[in-house]
Parts: sequence; C-alpha cells; structure tokens
Amino acid sequence: MEPIQSITSRTVVLPRTDIDTDQIIPARFLRTTSREGLGKQLFADWRYLADGSPNPDFELNRPEAQGCKVLVGGRNFGCGSSREHAPWALLDHGILAVISSEFADIFRSNALKNGLVPVIVDDATLQWLLANPGVEVTIDLATSTLRLPGGKSVTFPIEPFARFCLMQGVDQLGYLLLKDAEITAYEKQRA
Amino acid sequence: MSAARTLFQKVWERHEVVPQTADTPAVLFIDLHLIHEVTTPQAFTVLRERGLKVRRPDLTIGTMDHSTPTRTEQVFGGKPISIASAANQVRQLELNCTEFGVELMNLQSDKRGIVHVIGPELGATQPGKTIVCGDSHTSTHGAFGALAFGIGTTEVGHVLATQCLLQTRAKTLAINVTGRLRPGVTAKDLVLAIIGRIGVGGGTGHVIEFRGEGIRALNMDERMTVCNMSIEAGARAGMVAPDAVTFEYLKGRPRAPQGAAWDAAVADWNTLVSDPGAVFDREVTLDASTVEPMITWGTHPGMVAAVTGSVPATSTDPVFERALTYMGFTAGQKLAGSPVNVVFIGSCTNSRLTDLRAAAGVLKGHRIAAGVQMLVVPGSQQIKKLAEAEGLDRIFIDAGAEWRESGCSMCLGMNGDTVEKGQYSLSTSNRNFEGRQGVGARTLLASPLTAAASAVRGVITDPRELLQD
Repeated sequence: MEPIQSITSRTVVLPRTDIDTDQIIPARFLRTTSREGLGKQLFADWRYLADGSPNPDFELNRPEAQGCKVLVGGRNFGCGSSREHAPWALLDHGILAVISSEFADIFRSNALKNGLVPVIVDDATLQWLLANPGVEVTIDLATSTLRLPGGKSVTFPIEPFARFCLMQGVDQLGYLLLKDAEITAYEKQRA
Repeated sequence: MSAARTLFQKVWERHEVVPQTADTPAVLFIDLHLIHEVTTPQAFTVLRERGLKVRRPDLTIGTMDHSTPTRTEQVFGGKPISIASAANQVRQLELNCTEFGVELMNLQSDKRGIVHVIGPELGATQPGKTIVCGDSHTSTHGAFGALAFGIGTTEVGHVLATQCLLQTRAKTLAINVTGRLRPGVTAKDLVLAIIGRIGVGGGTGHVIEFRGEGIRALNMDERMTVCNMSIEAGARAGMVAPDAVTFEYLKGRPRAPQGAAWDAAVADWNTLVSDPGAVFDREVTLDASTVEPMITWGTHPGMVAAVTGSVPATSTDPVFERALTYMGFTAGQKLAGSPVNVVFIGSCTNSRLTDLRAAAGVLKGHRIAAGVQMLVVPGSQQIKKLAEAEGLDRIFIDAGAEWRESGCSMCLGMNGDTVEKGQYSLSTSNRNFEGRQGVGARTLLASPLTAAASAVRGVITDPRELLQD
C-alpha cells in the first residue's frame, strides 16, 4: 500500500443515501479470482445503458467528473455485502477517498485496508458538499482535516492506528504476523 | 466484585489475544473461519505471494454456495457448470483448499450448502465462539450466542495466516422483544419490523443483542433468521444468549462436544448471558404481538410495510421517489393484490427445514397461479434430504414449483438463477437492492408463508387468508 499524506481533488457527487455495495459493483462481477481491473464495472447498472454505452445522466459519466479522486455520497454509504470488490472497484476507477456522514462498518473496514480514505463529516457539511458538486477539497491525514473552499475546514474521526497505517503505507497483515508469540501463548492457554 | 457485563463483552474478552488500547485495535482470536469460493481467491493469492501457511486449518471449513449452480445436472454431472467464471471459482477453491490443507465441502458433498446453514447444521457453530466469514450474513451464527460477523477478503487473509483479526470494540444495542408473534407471523416479519423501526443504518457500529420473551419463544431456525438480517440494520453482529433451545439443537450434532465434554460445555455456555444490570449503549423495545406479516416495497430492507398496508403516501427518505420509480409503485398504493411474477424460497435467511415446512404447509393441495415461476432452494444438501424424506419436495413440485440443489441461488444474481428486468420477485432472501436478483429485477422481501400464499394467488397475499382455509 502506498503511503498517503493528503488528497486534493474536485469532488464528484452521488446525491443518494444508502448506496449499497450491490450498486458499487453488482454481484455478477464477483466471479473473478483477481482484484485487478474492477474499475470498469464500478456502478455498472447506473453507469451504463442496456446497450453497454455510458449513461450520460449518471454523475460519474459527466465531463466535469473525469479525473475526480474524491466521491461524495449520502448517509450510510457502502451498506450491504462485505465484498471488498467495492473499494477495489472505486480505487481502480481512480477514487481515493469517499466523503459521507456515515459509512457501513464492513465497507469502511475494507476501504481502510486498501488505502481508500473514508471521511466522515457532520450532516450540515455533507449537505453542503452534496449541493455543491465539483468543489476542490483537500483531505489531510496528519491533521484529520477536510479543507473546503473559502478557508473552511472540518476535522473527521479516524482511529489513530488506521491513520498511521494509511500514512505509513503499513500492511496490517505484517503487523499481525509480528504478534505470533502472543497468538501462540493464547492458543496454549486455551488448549 | 466485577461489573455487570453484556453477552457481547463476555465473548469479546475471552478472545482478546492483545487488548485494545487508545492507539491500537485489539488482536482478536477467531474460533471458526468459514470460507467460500467468491471472497477467498485473492486472499489465498496473498498467502502464496508471501510464502504463508494457513495457521489453523483445523478451525477452517470451506464450502461453495454463491456462484454455484442449483440445477442437478450441473451439480452432479451430465452438464458442465454453465457459467465459465463460476466453474473457475469452484476449481480455484478446490485447488486452494487442497494446497493449504483446508477441509472443503465440495460441489458433490452431501455436507455442502450455504455457508451460514452448514455451520450450525454441523454443530461447528457454538455459543461463545468468534466466527467470521467473507460474507456479511455471518451475523446468522450469532443466534447461538456466538460473536459472528462478516469480513472482507483482506481480513480473510489475516485470519487464514494468523487466526486473528485487528478489531475495535463495537457499541452494544439491546433489542428487547416483548410479547409473542401471532399465528401467521414469523421471525422474518419480526426482523423486517425491527429494521423498519430502527432503519438500515440504525445498528451501524453496534452489536445487537436480541432479548426478551419474543426471542426466547423462537426456535433456532427462527433466531437465525433474525440474527441473519442484523446486517440489514447495519449492525456489526446480532446475538441471542444461548438457552435450552440452543443446547437441544446442538446436542448430538457431528462437531458438537460429546459425553463429558458436552456437560462441561453446557455449564460454560449457561454463563453466556448478559448479567442483570449490564448496561447497553442503546436499547429499543418492540412488542412481537403487534407485528403483522411484513413485505418490502422499496429498494432497501427498511422500506417495509405490513402486507395488509400500503406504500407510504410520503416519506422523508431522500431516495423515496427513486425507489418508487424503480419498483413501479405509486405513493400510497395498497400492497396486497399487487402482481407477483417470481417467487423464491431460499437463501441464508429462510432456507432451513422449518421454513420449507411452513411454505409447504401453505402450498399443500394448491397450484401456484398461472404465469408465476417459483423456485424452492434448500439451504443445504442435508436439508434437501430431510425435506425429501418428509415429502416436502413433492408438495412443491405438485404445486408447480422447481426444487433445486442447495446454494445462494436467486438471492443474488451471480449463479445463473436470476429475475428478469421489471419482474416482481417475492423473495424470502435478505436484500431488495436495485438489481440484486438481476438487472432491473424488483424484489419484495417477505416470509416463506407470505411467499407461498402469494405464489398461490399470483398477487401479494396475507398468508393468514390461506392458513384459515
């Protein structure tokens, strides 16, 4: 995982609540044994028309959305299935952070393990972002701050360990493997 | 004297290899890791790349269920699996389990089935265990007083390699269910009513403990249905404290403790209750005797009403209009009498023997309505065998339904069992998201009773009308 210090980008906005992982990537695309190349299936049922051409009305397809690295979604983003294909697809498409007022637990956990930054903001900030698509924002991990246009900024909650892992590019499996002695002791005591 | 603790706290504390600190999550030991073909290939790839082994193959069980076919000839031979990418996942899981020494219920195994059905069926799911799987409906196993939750593929790799997870302790939510369900009202209706009440994000960050007379009165299949859909309220997990009903279910199952070990286990399991005075972060109370047969009308499980009711006339849900457009419903529309094209009885929510018996009880002596397609998919090969021994398969087939091999089937459109665009599917599964059962499919979630009654009439039907016949 590449270390992340900050992300600056214009936002692309999906003004919908409860965006579930079946929308982020439909189940029929989970018959893969790889984690690569899922970006083209991101939001497939919203993004493409029946003939496979891009749906011009869908927010991610608009010209101004191209190159945006920050996605803003309504409350309870990522609800539903545990599929890690959801953050894989977002990252493969070029989304590096998602802003919402609430994330589903498993999605958030999966996002953090892949370097996709979940930014939790208060409802007023979310409503402002939803109403103002395309503004430039900066997510600064060192200060856990989301900087908005006009010098305004809000801090967002993130566990110190998760933030450390994102900023150092630390792989959590490596951390767990270092606990081998503790795990062995636990297994012996339980046996 | 130690402070009063919740059931969740007790199970959590037993599994702390390294406790949580202000700066680091806990290292939590996992007692049972269930794996399947869809969310594991990338995890095994990581093990291979890093030269790691599966630390505890003895605590790992594999099955195949999500992308597998349900047509007998594709499962037992005669025809190949029609979807090449599904066949590849099945083959990959076989190769991975062989290489890493993990037990696998392969496609033809008589112990195969939906991952959340076979764990309890084998007796591998037990009170007090930590249980994980790369599937959000792992919450099902909490019905036994286990702490069970879904994880992503990276975490599947963590458990394979270390038998542990890095976890931050969740908050607790007590859902107190007073009263008892009335005839014709099921555990599915209860959990849909709970989700309707607290919302699809109402449990986020929490582990739910379902408590009270209304829960104690449920059998294990019913408790599994309730815990299964905890995730549809956003909860990390759902739990029910084990009791005599739990022990009766587990006793004599192949992987349950036997003899003296059984007695010792029961003595221990009896301590797995929330202490009197234990404090939950939140509490919600609901009277089971007021619950009606429920059905969803929208595109998430919180968009739910009584079968006798209507689509709301107005809603504060920002996606209300969008959901109505997708579903082809109008605000205020009455639900009963609305047409149904497909009926699906199955999934980790409602595919167990008592679910099949309930549906068969309604269907017996009836034919499903002309033009309705009905699929009945048992949760496991064991359930299929037991149902056939009781003649339930004949009731379904005689009524005009298809009787299939076990698997996730039509719950999620990835194994060939799909619903066509625009069709109304009355389904006993757990998610009514847009496209969940197929591109453009319109899912109505309900109980096996409501599903069977609606299949007979061809329209959304209150099952109590047929139960009185």
